[in-house]
Amino acid sequence: MTEKPNLEYLKELSGGDIEFEQKMLEVVKKELPVEIENYKKHLVNKQFNEAAELVHKIKHKISVLGLEESYQVAIDYEEELKKGQIKQQKSFEDILDSMTIFVENV
Amino acid sequence: MNCIIIDDDEMARVIIEKLSNNNEKINIIGNFANAIDGIKYLNQNEVDLIFLDIHMPAFTGFDLLQTIATPPKVILITSDNGLAIEAFEYDCIVDYLLKPITQERFDKAVNKALMFSKPLAANVKTEEVDNVKDLYVNIDRRLVKINFETINFIEARGDYILIKTENKNYTVHSTLKKIVEKLPDDLFLKVHRSFVINTKKIIDIEDNSVLIGKDVIPVSRSNKPELIKRLNLL
Repeated sequence: MTEKPNLEYLKELSGGDIEFEQKMLEVVKKELPVEIENYKKHLVNKQFNEAAELVHKIKHKISVLGLEESYQVAIDYEEELKKGQIKQQKSFEDILDSMTIFVENV
Repeated sequence: MNCIIIDDDEMARVIIEKLSNNNEKINIIGNFANAIDGIKYLNQNEVDLIFLDIHMPAFTGFDLLQTIATPPKVILITSDNGLAIEAFEYDCIVDYLLKPITQERFDKAVNKALMFSKPLAANVKTEEVDNVKDLYVNIDRRLVKINFETINFIEARGDYILIKTENKNYTVHSTLKKIVEKLPDDLFLKVHRSFVINTKKIIDIEDNSVLIGKDVIPVSRSNKPELIKRLNLL
């Protein structure tokens, strides 16, 4: 994965409104770890549709953090999961790792 | 416009509120994380526009639209770009925003919502027109009643239609196709790609035109046989 999470989209939306930026990051920080944990739980239990639901939720966060290519990976992976396939699991989980590190340090 | 947001995604709600704050035409009066709470609010309050997420657990945005008899205008918010076709089945849906939403795209959708007229019975594609004698059209935020029998003809004009009656003309944001669905078949006939006429109002017929009131309406070659069939020819 070449692209890195960034705040470009959030900054464009905020127009300098720091409070808005902080509010958005707080939501990501609060929800992302829970969603990742639930996604992994469902995957271990082979509950693919439920895992796909979590990927769908995480997908918006991927786009908010400016990850355009990764967003496409998430779209494909969500569809795969609905068919019970996990070909893109590694690519998707690399994205999750990169996002987790980013939001912990932002 | 008084608007509400219905989206289970908190981030999306925060973003739409932010985009709305930057748009002076929008006044957010409610913010709901699930469709059921949104429906309860809609049943008790006057709302002009809903920013509606489609993909929600248990009760989707489409479920909501089927539950409300006359929904206000709707802008769909979604991450799924494959839902456009289903969205077009609903007259109340004026636009479709894909996440992540930009201010520019958001403003464009709001402008569309302002232009669109309020649907009559938005969750139903085709209405039964039997026993219905009137048509209601939205003009300047008022629903104006037009009796079918008073209509001379209807003309398509770009994104608008002109309804010409015995005494008045009405310009409405709609399409010929949409209005034809609301009209009784026995009275109205499409004679040209831009004209639907009230056959009872025909004064005379020339080669490729009919006279209705003082207006000469063109008749296309392909529509002429059907017109002739309708006439009580001697």
